[in-house]
Formats: sequence, C-alpha cells, structure tokens
Amino acid sequence: MKQLGDIAGVFAYLSLLTVGGGMAAFPELKTLTVDTYHWVTFPEMLHFYSLGQLAPGPNMMMVVSIGAVVAGLPGAAVALIAFFLPTGILTWAIGRIWTHLATWRWRPAIQTGLGSVSVGLVLAGAIIMGRGAVTNALYAAVAIVVFFLLLKTKINPAYPIVASGLVGVLAHWL
Amino acid sequence: MSETSSSADPSSGPRPSLGRIFWVFLVMGATSLGGGVVGYLRTALVVRNNWLDDITFVELLSISQTLPGLNATNMSILVGDRLRGAWGALLATLGMCLPGATLMTAAAYAYGIGGDDPWSKAFLHGIAAGALGLIVVVMVQLGSRVLKGIADYVIVLATAAAVALFGVQVPYALIAAGIVAIWWHRPRGKGTGEGPRK
Repeated sequence: MKQLGDIAGVFAYLSLLTVGGGMAAFPELKTLTVDTYHWVTFPEMLHFYSLGQLAPGPNMMMVVSIGAVVAGLPGAAVALIAFFLPTGILTWAIGRIWTHLATWRWRPAIQTGLGSVSVGLVLAGAIIMGRGAVTNALYAAVAIVVFFLLLKTKINPAYPIVASGLVGVLAHWL
Repeated sequence: MSETSSSADPSSGPRPSLGRIFWVFLVMGATSLGGGVVGYLRTALVVRNNWLDDITFVELLSISQTLPGLNATNMSILVGDRLRGAWGALLATLGMCLPGATLMTAAAYAYGIGGDDPWSKAFLHGIAAGALGLIVVVMVQLGSRVLKGIADYVIVLATAAAVALFGVQVPYALIAAGIVAIWWHRPRGKGTGEGPRK
C-alpha cells in the first residue's frame, strides 16, 4: 500500500513537469526512481525509457513499466492514472476557458516564454540521458547518425531506433 | 450539451458517437509507432474524419504544447472535449493510452525474465543511443519553432545548465526561468506606462 502511494505521488509530481514534452521530466524521473526510491537502476530506467519511445501512443508509457516493476499490475495502473489524471484535468479545464484567454495580453508572453524554458528542460534531459546512453564512441556515432537521418528525412523513427538496437547486438557479438 | 449538429463548432457535420471517438483514438494509440504522434493525429482528425479544420488543429496543438502533459494525451483531451464534452475527453484519452500501456506493462514483465541476458542488454543499450538521437531531433524542431531572439537561447542554455550541470531541481528551474522568460516577453506598449526596452 505504501508503495502504491509512493508511485502515485512520484508520477503525479513528474507529470506536472512535462512542459513541452515528456523529456522535460527526465532529470527528476532519474532522481526519484533511481536515486531516491531505488526502484530501478539508471541503465534499467534508460532501457524502459528507450523502449517507451518505440511503443505506440504517448511516448512516456515507460512510467507504467516502472509501476509494474515496483508493484505489479496495481502499480502499473496507479502509475498510469497518476501520470495522466492531474495534467489531464488541468488541460481539460484550461481548454474550456482558452477562448476567453485569446485576448488576454499576457498569453503570448506565457506561450513564448515557456516555449524556451521547455526547450532548455529537454536539453537538460538529453544531456543526462546522454551520460548513460553514450558510453563509448560507437554509441555516440549511433546517436549522431540517427539524429541526422531523422533531421534530413521523413522516415519513421521506429526503424533507425530498432537498427540502433541491432548495432548494439552486433557490437556485443564481435 | 445538445445533440443537434448545428453547433457553433467550425466542423459542421454531425458529432461522432462516444464509441466512435474511443475507436478512432484506440487505433491511433495502437498504430502511432515511433513517436511522431502529432502526424498521426492530424491524419486521423483533420484528413480522414474531418472532425477538425487545420486552423483549430494548430490552435489546440499550441495549447497542448504550452500546458504540462504530453502532446498526445493533451490533444486527446482537447479534441474529445470539443466533440463530446468530458466523456469524449475521457474516452479519447483512454483509447490513446491503453495500447501503449498494455505493451509497456508486458515489457516490464519480459524485462524481469530476460533483462539480465547480455544480448537483450546490448540491444536495449543500442536502442537508448538511437532514442537519444530522436530526442535531440525533437528538441531542434521544437526550438526552431519557439526560439526567436538571442534572449531565448540564453534562457535555453541557462535552464539546461542549471538542471544538467548544477543539479538544480526541475521545479525551481522551471519557475525561475519561466518568470524571467515570461517577463522578458511581457506585453509592452499602450497602457503599461513602461516603455519597450529592446
């Protein structure tokens, strides 16, 4: 029971940080699930996060995996609800009054201002993720190749990411 | 909300049933592989079902990106609410989340069985490097839309450095940088008494 409460608290808190995308919550996700609660190790968390990028739907479904690791199916359900309900209610409520905010003179300031902050948080998440994922020159090369491929083409990201996994297997085999 | 189709909504057709909303979002939740969920949303909502026009779609997307929460679920809530009120929002979100949630629960159990296997570890480590490339692309695309002046780049670097290099907790960084950035872009001109400082 206490674990379910911890899961609910952690993921409800994390959900409020996902301004501009799930990656903005990555630094706190690592601090809480790895360093504070020891639910998973950093490599494990990285693996779930990366698998979550491959899964269909919202790209942070890895919170469900961590919930399941900690407390089985109830843990998975609690993580899902905690991660999506608080922000969901907020979005629903703001969505309803948004048309009234259309002429509010601070709205463009908030939209532009939070835009740059969220890019900064995503960058911070990418740096922290890179410390775990880029362990040698090979994986740096993989990340760079995937980056340019996705920047320059309209290919579905699932293909180069699965290919990256195969590069990892190949490197292990050699 | 009434059942009549002659609402003030820009899309003039009859509103879809709750079951139809759930189904369309469930299919999207199950097929939007590889992260680019916004593209799938536009195809399903604007092109195929004609539930929204492009202008409304872009406006709802900008709300989704400003508020906390993931784009995919925020869009589900906003679109579902427009089509069928609170129940529409709930069912759209459930449809969007259920396939991925089921898969990632299964992944957790599979990981418990095979996660220590060096081969699957090697595969997952490779995937992590690839996913990092994807995240940086998403960041560059987001940045090219929202970053306009030098000050915006300064905010980005200061926020990232505070969190990733100096270990500042995200909420503090978010609030401090948010206040500075919003103040920088504050409404200027008529009626404020404070002249533009640029």
